[in-house]
Amino acid sequence: MSHDTPIIGTSPLRKEGRAKILGTAQYIDDQTLPDMWHGATVRSTIARGRIRSITFAPHIDWSQYAIVRAHDIPGENTIVHLTKDHPCLAAHDINHVAEPILLLAHPDKTALLAAKTAITITYDELPGIFTIEASEAAAEAFNRDPNDTTNIIWPGSTHGGTANCFKQYQMYSGEAAATEDALAAAFESADHIIYGEYTTGAQEQLYIEPNGVIADCDLDPATGHVRGVTVRGSMQCPFYLVHALTLVFNLPEERCRVIQVETGGAFGGKEDFPSVIGSHAALLSMKSGHPVKLVYDRGEDMAATTKRHPSRTRIRTAVTSDGRLLAGEIDIAIDGGAYATLSPVVLSRATIHSPGPYKWPALRVRSKAMATNIPPHGAFRGFGAPQTLFALERHMDKIARTLNLSPEHIRRQNFLATGDHTATGQPLLEPVDMQHLLTRALADSDYHAKRAAFTESNKTSQIKRGLGFATFMHGAGFTGSGERRLNSLVHLDILADGRPQLLVSSTEFGQGTNTILSQVAAQTLSLPYDDILIHEVDTAVVPNSGPTVASRTAMIVGKLVERAAEEILSTLRNQAALPTPHTRADFITAAQTYLTYHPQLRASVRYEPATKIHWDDDLYRGDAYPGYAWAVYVAEVAVDYDTYQTTVTRFDALQEVGRILHPILAKGQIEGGVAQGIGYALYEKCVYKDGHLMNNQMTNYIMPTSADLPVIHVAFEEVPSIHGPGGAKGIGELPMDGPAPAILNAIEDATGIAFNSIPLLPEDIFERLTNFTIHPHGGSEDLDPTIDPATRVETPEVNA
Amino acid sequence: MTTITLTVNNSPTALTVPPMKRLLDVLREDLHLTGTKEGCGEGECGACAILFNGELANSCLIPALQADNATITTIEGLAINSAHLHPVQQCFLEQGGAQCGICTPGMILATHHLLAHHPNPTEAEIREGLAGNLCRCTGYMRIFESVKQAITLTPNP
Amino acid sequence: MHADPAQYVLTAPTTLSEALTLLAKNPGQHTPIAGGTELMVALAAGRLQQKSLLSINHLTELRFIHVTPNAITLGANTTFTDIRRNPTIAADLPLLTQSASWTGSIANQNRATLGGNLCNASPAADTPPALLVYNAAVTLISAGAAAGETARRTIPYTDFHLAYKRTALRPDELLHSVTIPIPAASHQHFIRKVGTRNAQAISKIAIAALALTANQTISEICLAAASLADRPIRLYATEAALTEASLAPADFPTTLRQARAALASESHPIDDIRSTARYRSAVAANLLEQFLCSLVS
Repeated sequence: MSHDTPIIGTSPLRKEGRAKILGTAQYIDDQTLPDMWHGATVRSTIARGRIRSITFAPHIDWSQYAIVRAHDIPGENTIVHLTKDHPCLAAHDINHVAEPILLLAHPDKTALLAAKTAITITYDELPGIFTIEASEAAAEAFNRDPNDTTNIIWPGSTHGGTANCFKQYQMYSGEAAATEDALAAAFESADHIIYGEYTTGAQEQLYIEPNGVIADCDLDPATGHVRGVTVRGSMQCPFYLVHALTLVFNLPEERCRVIQVETGGAFGGKEDFPSVIGSHAALLSMKSGHPVKLVYDRGEDMAATTKRHPSRTRIRTAVTSDGRLLAGEIDIAIDGGAYATLSPVVLSRATIHSPGPYKWPALRVRSKAMATNIPPHGAFRGFGAPQTLFALERHMDKIARTLNLSPEHIRRQNFLATGDHTATGQPLLEPVDMQHLLTRALADSDYHAKRAAFTESNKTSQIKRGLGFATFMHGAGFTGSGERRLNSLVHLDILADGRPQLLVSSTEFGQGTNTILSQVAAQTLSLPYDDILIHEVDTAVVPNSGPTVASRTAMIVGKLVERAAEEILSTLRNQAALPTPHTRADFITAAQTYLTYHPQLRASVRYEPATKIHWDDDLYRGDAYPGYAWAVYVAEVAVDYDTYQTTVTRFDALQEVGRILHPILAKGQIEGGVAQGIGYALYEKCVYKDGHLMNNQMTNYIMPTSADLPVIHVAFEEVPSIHGPGGAKGIGELPMDGPAPAILNAIEDATGIAFNSIPLLPEDIFERLTNFTIHPHGGSEDLDPTIDPATRVETPEVNA
Repeated sequence: MTTITLTVNNSPTALTVPPMKRLLDVLREDLHLTGTKEGCGEGECGACAILFNGELANSCLIPALQADNATITTIEGLAINSAHLHPVQQCFLEQGGAQCGICTPGMILATHHLLAHHPNPTEAEIREGLAGNLCRCTGYMRIFESVKQAITLTPNP
Repeated sequence: MHADPAQYVLTAPTTLSEALTLLAKNPGQHTPIAGGTELMVALAAGRLQQKSLLSINHLTELRFIHVTPNAITLGANTTFTDIRRNPTIAADLPLLTQSASWTGSIANQNRATLGGNLCNASPAADTPPALLVYNAAVTLISAGAAAGETARRTIPYTDFHLAYKRTALRPDELLHSVTIPIPAASHQHFIRKVGTRNAQAISKIAIAALALTANQTISEICLAAASLADRPIRLYATEAALTEASLAPADFPTTLRQARAALASESHPIDDIRSTARYRSAVAANLLEQFLCSLVS
């Protein structure tokens, strides 16, 4: 096979595709182990308080069950992510509804039902904190009076947490004091000051396969102690679970083995949460002496597992009359739920993305993650960026409206370009042309012509149509020095028959990991794609190439695979006379020759950044991400004034993403992400009451069906990046950022009304259209732009 | 317990099961046909869809007793064998209609059922035909492409 | 799965007569189950209180569509797919075809039965508004006095729903059939449902209408709604306000205003997990207006 035959940039059949369409792919609930028992979790029914009593009714023969309580945990009663605030099982204190208290196992699933109803738990209940505002108020009260701890639901930590606040950041566009001066000066002299507040709700990942694991403990026959744990299951990051198990069982990493099995969707919802369910199943296996399967049904999964962080972003900008940003003060708050989990990292990404793709002469961003008595929120595709980019892109349209300039003009006045520095001071060394992307996206969507036509038709039709867009970027890879800390490692083995086998911890859950990494290997080695094998993700076998998150797999891990393949070629050329160019037969011969004299042909490659990455964790300045994808998304909507329903009638998603490795997979990622973004904007609402999720089933948590989504037009531009294999950058999360602001911008275009809160339901539009008094969704048009006293008088905004 | 006789993927079989056991669980546990999945337990997601006497049905909502004398096709029964895929399966494979794959068995059966009744469906008919199968990964676009390709391969009755 | 199926009894009587005999022997002890699209959801959720069930799904005596020149009678076991596939219903009772197409998904339409849907008596169900404006009648059967005999009674469908999820069906009765008189061709039909999304959506509000106009006047009108009360309802006050109302351009605003006021007087929606009372009332009125506008144009 000639090395000229491209594999990258084509769409070979996905590696695990055949099993999926045959129905033979084995997800965790399809699997059993010999002598396996089933597990169940008994959970809190209150949001906050203390456990008073736990009673086991006498009519059940409890000796038939394995029961695990907090005091059974051999190691630490903690689920570790960044801090150790999160109990594995609640011992006394309850901080959220559905908090796990005890675990049960039994050979028969139905016996668990009887057992659960036979356990009575009484509580001393405390009033719960359920909103960011309530949490802030409690923290402020505590700051004034350290004795006022009644509403402090989270005490603080050594990891930068204070009472009720998991984490805070402060980010300046330059040196702090100088920037403060610049901000003051800019706001003093600006032509206009525009302020807005934007909020987003929780969102459930709603992978169609709920969480599930099977755990098996190896017990020392003499002592009964756990000397090894193996957990297999549906998950994104097996090594995260390994780490969690080492603490729960007080075992070294080599004794904690985790195997990822076929995973039916994840989207971040199986990033940190498997540490919980995996630890639970392992504890049950320990107690029962059997393998234990613990799977959640939909209701339990929705009620008990992580969701996207709700957010509130306040943006105050000083701008010139022709729409140039002079200064900005952005204040971000996210709701982290009851325990810290990944809130500091979500907050970090939210903070760094909050300036968007624009130049800010002076910017200060302050952000915080607050605690509430809701099940802890966690990772969900986008990871903080959808929240703050929603706010920013709504705000840019607000600036446009206030200044009577077009949304397009405002963007063009402020876009970053090649060579510019981002708000964190990162020079954009790789080409970026947002001006061009905007021109193209507006042309592809027929934006101008359609807006003109809709302006006319809206005058007489009950269906109001409009278009809106969002311009944004998404950083791929871990922030700053994160990739260096991850220190990812990849192995590439050449087996006895000459076939290459990849060993990575990157997991496949629909996004195409197995396929694209195999493509990279095949292309680099000049071998057929079908020759490439990828090993099951078993932590006993594969190295830690980092978690499958942060849009890093193609770019970071792919690059490691490329380098590993190059190293194999180099070895074979130097030591086994592999010719250049080579055929497949040449390669096999050389590999087998090499293996005659060596026990193994393996390339092991560790992460090295392609360029120097300068990042200051304290000042929060420097090179935030190795690479960015850049995008312009355009939404066309129809708002029915009889039913107040909004339909997205067309969606255009244009992005520059480096090199496309697999066109069909790449399109699929964008289309799927846009669909989730449409759900985020218009359909998916988590309805809580006293900390309980009331709509924890698919009937009442509304995700779009095939009858609800428009045709999604996807277009790519490619500006190869040195950071990824063949020039690839990350794309997995990018499509989550654009749809919600584009849609709400379109709704404003259609109706003339600024909505600044999502999800935006027909009921919300109805209230706003028919009720001009104060309403929770009054939004920022209720706040007049601040009048600059020295220059001109603004006419206050009139409600449409 | 009750004894039911049914034909699953052309195989006659007799089972003794609780009459109210969900057909989904009978397929997965008693017959070890795990291709049919549980996504919601309430007939919303379509991951448990099968062909029941030739018609698409959600197996999580069928009590075992009502499957007595029924003819059932699950995803495992669609391909001629693992080397010869059903045309709908082939199209899903080529067009990227499956990402994580958990909705795929139900989606493929729904597509097969759609084309059996509408060999040349309009876009609206496709959307309606698949509206009972929720997919969280694809945004449905690649699935529509798979269906469109399958249309060209489906013989007209 | 929050229930143990082994705790339930499900039997399948071989004939309709046998089913009725069983129901008569122990009224209220056995719950009939047809397609199962409601009861099996309750089972999985741990909400199925009734432990003894009687499968009637296979009783062919209950699955039929009889067309006569004046009426169409559907057996209780008619599935929604059966309804959708029937060209006579599509031509003569289009609101029934439309509302059947909105009920659940195609997979659920293949199993769910008209009888089950009516007896489940959700105020949000999709077909009741159509049946109400079509002035349907329901036939209820039970075991007769002598062996092998069947007693039957037919009541207007408007008398079937008594309260929230309570119907006129007695514990020893089964719904046998629904008879729908075929409206004259000159009638105008309207139905619109507003749900949480375009498919597989429980109704937030739905309005059905059947009207006859002559000389710019509404001579006859039937109106019905879902999710506007604790059961599917006919909108009698609104009908009264609109009967003999003028559709002439000069009079239309008044007609509309009076209709809206009458509708408001008989709207009693609630706030629930899906929507709000205010929204439901407002949209119901908008849908009514949409219908009235369609009569004018």
